[in-house]
Amino acid sequence: MAASLQSAALLSNRIDPHRRLFAPPARSLPGRKGSILVVRSDGRISGRLSGRNLITNAVAAKADTPTSSTDSKPGHELLLFEALREGLEEEMDRDPRVCVMGEDVGHYGGSYKVTKGLAPKYGDLRVLDTPIAENSFTGMGIGAAMTGLRPVIEGMNMGFLLLAYNQISNNCGMLHYTSGGQFKIPVVIRGPGGVGRQLGAEHSQRLESYFQSIPGLQMVACSTPYNAKGLMKAAIRSDNPVVLFEHVLLYNLKERIPDEEYVLCLEEAEMVRPGEHVTILTYSRMRYHVMQAAKTLVNKGYDPEVIDIRSLKPFDLYTIGNSVKKTHRVLIVEECMRTGGIGSSLRAAIIDNFWDYLDAPIMCLSSQDVPTPYAGTLEEWTVVQPAQIVAAVEQLCQ
Amino acid sequence: MAGWFARSSTLARHLGRKMSMTPPAAGGCLRSIRRHGTLKAGDTVLSCTDDPYRHQQMLDFPGGKVMFVPEMNFLPGSTSERINCYRVLDDNGQTFSKSKFQELSKEDAVKMYTDMVTLQVMDTIFYEAQRQGRISFYLTSIGEEAINVASAAALKIDDVVFPQYREPGVLLWRGFTLQEFANQCFGNKLDYGKGRQMPIHYGSSRLNYYTVSSPIATQIPHAVGAAYSLKMDGKKACTITYFGDGGTSEGDFHAALNFAAVMEVPVIFFCRNNGWAISTPTTEQFRSDGAVVRGQAYGIHSIRIDGNDALAVYSAVHAAREMAISESRPILIEALTYRVGHHSTSDDSTKYRSTDEIEHWRTARDPVSKFRKWVEGNGWWSDVAEEEHRSNTRKELLRAIQIAERTQKPSLSELFTDVYDQVPRNLLEQEKTLRETIKKNPNDYPSDVPV
Repeated sequence: MAASLQSAALLSNRIDPHRRLFAPPARSLPGRKGSILVVRSDGRISGRLSGRNLITNAVAAKADTPTSSTDSKPGHELLLFEALREGLEEEMDRDPRVCVMGEDVGHYGGSYKVTKGLAPKYGDLRVLDTPIAENSFTGMGIGAAMTGLRPVIEGMNMGFLLLAYNQISNNCGMLHYTSGGQFKIPVVIRGPGGVGRQLGAEHSQRLESYFQSIPGLQMVACSTPYNAKGLMKAAIRSDNPVVLFEHVLLYNLKERIPDEEYVLCLEEAEMVRPGEHVTILTYSRMRYHVMQAAKTLVNKGYDPEVIDIRSLKPFDLYTIGNSVKKTHRVLIVEECMRTGGIGSSLRAAIIDNFWDYLDAPIMCLSSQDVPTPYAGTLEEWTVVQPAQIVAAVEQLCQ
Repeated sequence: MAGWFARSSTLARHLGRKMSMTPPAAGGCLRSIRRHGTLKAGDTVLSCTDDPYRHQQMLDFPGGKVMFVPEMNFLPGSTSERINCYRVLDDNGQTFSKSKFQELSKEDAVKMYTDMVTLQVMDTIFYEAQRQGRISFYLTSIGEEAINVASAAALKIDDVVFPQYREPGVLLWRGFTLQEFANQCFGNKLDYGKGRQMPIHYGSSRLNYYTVSSPIATQIPHAVGAAYSLKMDGKKACTITYFGDGGTSEGDFHAALNFAAVMEVPVIFFCRNNGWAISTPTTEQFRSDGAVVRGQAYGIHSIRIDGNDALAVYSAVHAAREMAISESRPILIEALTYRVGHHSTSDDSTKYRSTDEIEHWRTARDPVSKFRKWVEGNGWWSDVAEEEHRSNTRKELLRAIQIAERTQKPSLSELFTDVYDQVPRNLLEQEKTLRETIKKNPNDYPSDVPV
């Protein structure tokens, strides 16, 4: 983490020698050895981090990439759901208090295979199959957390966690505060959300917009196998309740991740592609639409800076701010609905803090305020497509 | 068995429409059926030497074998007789001749009684304090003192308590002082909750009493989760959670009972059936025979007890704890009682129930006086001791209230701490903005809250 902060600092120092407005996030987790890759979409690396393996695929779901000469490259390749599992397994090995609960997580291995193999290894008490009552098993997780366990609660689909909203808001978010700090709730609530491929309206929800107001919660969204594993580990180690948003369509992303142990910082954003002309802020699946648009934009002569904000609550205003100060133009690309989504809050935060650095109004591309239709063509057009991103950047950079 | 079934099922299909629900004969009687042709409804099948019915009366579906019957019988929604109620003391505080109960030592009995009296006095005085405007809110447990204290007495300190809000007696038994109660009600800087919750939302990690959370029944799944945690740790302890009759309608109650049974965890579900959920009487809350019958629906051992009988409560919780821990199973206890006070200081229950009814339960069915008779009957208490204890408690309470009232409130910084484990940047900014606002408008800021 220190290495990437330095490189980010290097970048911003070259551009803006004046005092930074915000101090870097104060937290640093012990024992972290990994670092963030600073990757350009054409494959070049910047900063001091050369010699590592790169994400060369900007677009999602290329799971059938041939695994060529695996022995010569360091690290190992895996899919995103396997990365999540690896992170979870490492934490369960490390700390006997970590347990998993959810529907079909045990014997079935999880509906997206994230917990596959864990129940045979750790026993079906520690990887617990629960009856179908989200409010209650979330409540159960909270009770277990208050008494010393560190549960990882899985919602089979994020949309089902709406049933658990009472427990998440009134108890998970609040009990540490109302008890005067006597009881802490180190739970991780995770599950797949977002618009998938024809899953229907109820299974295509973006809960990050509903949860973002709850005080006491932290929210992160993973988007690559690398950050999925790192964020999972960080979330489990955190003493705060953390909601980890995964995306239904990203589970089969393949990437080569380090063999050594690494934990990422929950509050940090990820610099995906440094640039000069415009700051594009995005997270989760939209990152891939943005990177696809970035290819087109580069061909047209633009130099977008793409940041995967990763931390949805709180926002990493340090990284974002430095970017805004450099490019003076912001485009937010999100999958949330237009009304009340993460984009709305992010816009407000940027306006509050970086108004003077903006040369143009902040643009925000979001999904439409409609329940996601089942028909594939309609569904496709409720979410932001790369063509729209390209058009937005062109408009911003006029 | 499968062979019989296969043959009999073909037969059944063949004869199906001609027969009512009479089960087809086994292979051993095939000959007889062929001889007689089809069976008509109401025909009895020839009995064969190896009782054919026996093989065909059981079916296995997922979930296990089940007998099947030809008659259509709906289980009644309720039995003609209600589930019986366990009671040890009669109305005069004497044990029945056949009473079976857990023995109590003199020390424990006297402590139980004095704590019940303390609870009663505390409730009266704090209620009055609220009426005088000294605290903002209060909620009494009048009429439920036996439930509060006797159940706590039957538990050990390692047993984890998840209260609803009408169980301060449990805390009292465990050693929460009157001053600590007062501090929470006044929300001063000595309150363990740092002034963040309304009065009566006590919590003490030291005494294993989890902070009260207002929404109804949310603590029930917590208790199951905590019991799961105890089971994982292999601890010889259980959890107990309290809720009222109204709480049994919440979804959390049902799912939590189901989970506890499936996961086989040591939790005691204690239902204080006090007849009223604010203004909703139990007749409008459920149509089942109270809460006790629901336990069986989830596969949980259950018992109904007289909640105004301290010895019954003590014995039942003692036994339940034993079962819960040694067999790692949940237990449901329904204690029948009566909510003598209003729901809270925001309620006037005379609007929906008669004052006669309230008076009857306050006097003739008072659990404190009933237990007093038993304790005095053993020679362990007297009028003098009563007078002394009540007056001392009253004095101590009034002093505690005075001190709590005068103690400073928590400082402004406590508004932002404990939202997360460390104060994040956005909250630091918000605190800074707030402090600046206060500096600019000192007259609008309360003088008794330190900045």
